[in-house]
Amino acid sequence: MHEYPITKRIIEIAEEFARKNDAQEVKKINLVVGEYSGYVASSINLYFEIIAEGSLCNKAKLSIKNIKPRLLCNACGELFIRKPFSFKCPLCNGEGTPTDIGKEFYIKSIEV
Amino acid sequence: MSENKEIEIMQSVFDKNEEVAAEINLGLTRKGIFALNVMGAPGVGKTSSLIQIIKRLSNITSYVIEGDIEADFDTQKLLALGVKAIQINTGGACHLDAPLIGKAVDELKLDEGILFIENIGNLVCPAEFKIGEHVKMLISTVTEGSDKPYKYPLAFEKADIIIINKCDLLPYVDFDEDFFVTGVRALNKNAPIFKVSCKMEESFEEIILWIMQKIKA
Repeated sequence: MHEYPITKRIIEIAEEFARKNDAQEVKKINLVVGEYSGYVASSINLYFEIIAEGSLCNKAKLSIKNIKPRLLCNACGELFIRKPFSFKCPLCNGEGTPTDIGKEFYIKSIEV
Repeated sequence: MSENKEIEIMQSVFDKNEEVAAEINLGLTRKGIFALNVMGAPGVGKTSSLIQIIKRLSNITSYVIEGDIEADFDTQKLLALGVKAIQINTGGACHLDAPLIGKAVDELKLDEGILFIENIGNLVCPAEFKIGEHVKMLISTVTEGSDKPYKYPLAFEKADIIIINKCDLLPYVDFDEDFFVTGVRALNKNAPIFKVSCKMEESFEEIILWIMQKIKA
């Protein structure tokens, strides 16, 4: 449910960049959302249309790229997606450490 | 129809909260205040642990910002014990954010001491937002089950100190401590893990030592 304020913020940032570039409207917002970012892409989509109404993003398409979290294997160096209830590397059974992959939450670009 | 023009942004949307959190952190540090962000699921004993800790910090002023969706039972409990506490009700929001803390910090009129910020009972969202703290304290329990690091990895990854409460109940529950610690260590190599019981008022001494060391550091 904390997607409401963040969706508002996304629209504000998109509008700010559109104005800076003298654009009349935003046609597309390219957003990158890691699964461990704390934000759920489908909830952002849900709020987007409602909040975008009356803004420069009124007709914008929200394109969300989801990123799966990956651990780094301390033994073989492989980046892997973990299985439930385990942090073990599927290749060598070594121990995985968290990385920043999957924690992304940023606006890549807008199209105007 | 003209083609779309792409404008690169590459801007993290967390920025505003992070900015405010950094400002609060700097303000607190300048005043000589050490701030802890206290996280944990509902009912793990966040307030009870704070009471045990604050009791043992007799020569330092403790302040508490209590975050709850509704009600102020915890703040009333703390005020009755003479602790300087203030309530934030989020009215539904699942975590505290930096702007909320900024306001509360101004209201509390802090002098040198320790500020405990008790986050909303939730093992998910509070781990994702900085609120001006110096360290994150995570409270877990033997009654929640030993699989929590595997199910809620971010909270355990981000914690600087982990407390396992309700250890007086160990004989009655199936808490697999090895499985729990293995999960924590995969995510977090450094955070010390302390086993305590608020009910029996036991084993808080090492936590006090850890906090005092952090303040001096």
